[in-house]
Amino acid sequence: MSALTTTSTGVTAGAKTEQRRSDKRGLSVGRVIAWIFMALVMVITILPFYWVLRTALSSNAGITSDPTSILPVDINLRGFARVFGMQSTEEALADGGSGASMNFWIYLRNSVIVATLVTAGQVFFSAMAAYSFARLRWRGRDAVFTLFLAALMVPSIFTLLPNFVLVKQIGLIDNLLGVALPTMFMTPFAVFFLRQFFMNIPRELEEAALLDGASKIRVFFQLILPMASAPISTLAIITYITAWNDYFWPLLVSYTDSSRVLTVAVAVFRSQAPTSGTDWSGLMAATLVAALPMLLLFMAAAKRVVNSIGFTGIK
Amino acid sequence: MSTATAAAAPALRRKPKDDRLLGIAFIIPAGIGLIAFYIWPLIRGIWLSFTEYNLLTPEQFTGLANYQRMVGDSIFWNAVRVTLEYVLINIGFQTVLALIIAVLMQRLTQSTLVRSIVLTPYLVSNVVVAMLWLWILDNTLGISNEIISAITGESVNFFSSSLAIPTIAMINVWRHVGYTALLIFAGLQSIPNTVYEAGKMDGASEWTMFWRITVPLLRPILALVLIMTMIGSFQVFDTVSVTTQGGPVNASRVLQYYIYDMAFGRFQFGYASAMAVGLLIVLAAITILQYRMTRAGETDLD
Repeated sequence: MSALTTTSTGVTAGAKTEQRRSDKRGLSVGRVIAWIFMALVMVITILPFYWVLRTALSSNAGITSDPTSILPVDINLRGFARVFGMQSTEEALADGGSGASMNFWIYLRNSVIVATLVTAGQVFFSAMAAYSFARLRWRGRDAVFTLFLAALMVPSIFTLLPNFVLVKQIGLIDNLLGVALPTMFMTPFAVFFLRQFFMNIPRELEEAALLDGASKIRVFFQLILPMASAPISTLAIITYITAWNDYFWPLLVSYTDSSRVLTVAVAVFRSQAPTSGTDWSGLMAATLVAALPMLLLFMAAAKRVVNSIGFTGIK
Repeated sequence: MSTATAAAAPALRRKPKDDRLLGIAFIIPAGIGLIAFYIWPLIRGIWLSFTEYNLLTPEQFTGLANYQRMVGDSIFWNAVRVTLEYVLINIGFQTVLALIIAVLMQRLTQSTLVRSIVLTPYLVSNVVVAMLWLWILDNTLGISNEIISAITGESVNFFSSSLAIPTIAMINVWRHVGYTALLIFAGLQSIPNTVYEAGKMDGASEWTMFWRITVPLLRPILALVLIMTMIGSFQVFDTVSVTTQGGPVNASRVLQYYIYDMAFGRFQFGYASAMAVGLLIVLAAITILQYRMTRAGETDLD
């Protein structure tokens, strides 16, 4: 872990020398093949997203008549209109829709609320616990921390059914809080991840603040949290993406629009699509609309996310 | 007596101990989460597996009945077989591809753009990924079948009983391979460049260096990544739920989908819990294996 955490700073420096060295080497057959392979990987990664866009902008009639056209056929926004419920039922049916629409803004709002609750709660509470485990001295601390670590090994499938029973018993089924609850307090990984960083903050800084009369609570808020802002925001981004993309748990607890998040809504929209003559244009518009928020977030924070994978993955 | 020691103890000696209240106060929220959503469900799940429970009436203790039923349930064993098939295809392709991509990212280009592109599918949800491939692989209008039939004159039903699991496995390879590649790439970064330079001086080819330097030094991280992705892929659900719903017949009814179906389709929470215990035991065994393997490999990097 410690070796890997240092790499993120080492990468940029190492990348430049590596780049220079590889430029000198020139072209060999092996390198050409390697580049072709890499290019192929990128194309296979990107092209499906384009195909979704192309389909969403086409009409269903156009898709049927010209299924291989690279460009959208009969370019229009009616697929999106259907998703947002801006088409009359007759129009939607004529376009190959099922007459069902997505209350996109409600689902978007639900997803934002759930992901924000989970991220804010999980990151903050985990930071508190991590500070306690890393910097405070109390009897039984190591034993309790071991318990947290052991929880890392409990697979989610095992906790989902009893958690459902629990959430049902406290009356939070079909409630946004119920969707957020199981991961809102902490995940063992978040505690473990932040503890690593807190342990590396020099003790002298903390002692200086304490000598100046600051309380440990103040040290946590005004010294530790700001100093660890990089790992904290990394964890926050990853937690947000994970919470946003979660499907199984929200599927279990949400039944109506009041608590339905975007992932579940897309799956429901799909299950309502007519089985013969599927409304691909509408489905792909829904898919694109559901994918877009995280793609935009990723574009804004790509570097941070990409560089963080190295140390978040080593659990 | 306590007052006497407290009075006698100088302020300095009390200092290390006064974190106690705050230390515990700071873990209270996380502690609630741990107890309510990890420890309690663990106990409860095991208890439920010995009962008959349908959410509406109190659970009834039935001893080992659920486990006996499990042993004789052919759909359960089919689910085990299908899940294993999925795990093998998924892990096999994902690990090999991710290793190749990671090494190429290390040796060819370290640009963040390349790494970001490869990671993109991981950023969107399983549901979105499943929808996207459902369309691309569609039997009648999907682009892949248009291409295949243009070349071979025949179309392929990717979600037929024989192909459903390989198809679902490949869809998830597409989503996860970039993430796995970046994990391995991070591991590659910890191999010092000097080792490669020494290899070059000795006239080793890229190929030799890959097998003699990269793979052996990477073994601990590879083991870790392998086991981690394995635990994840044993719990495949989302893609199945969106694409085939376990069908045709039971061809893609993976374990987690069967458990879900039993609990929420038929409200047999006891039996579903028993199967979850079965899965838990398998995953625990893999986790133990993980520690063995990673510990065994640790010396290599030092």
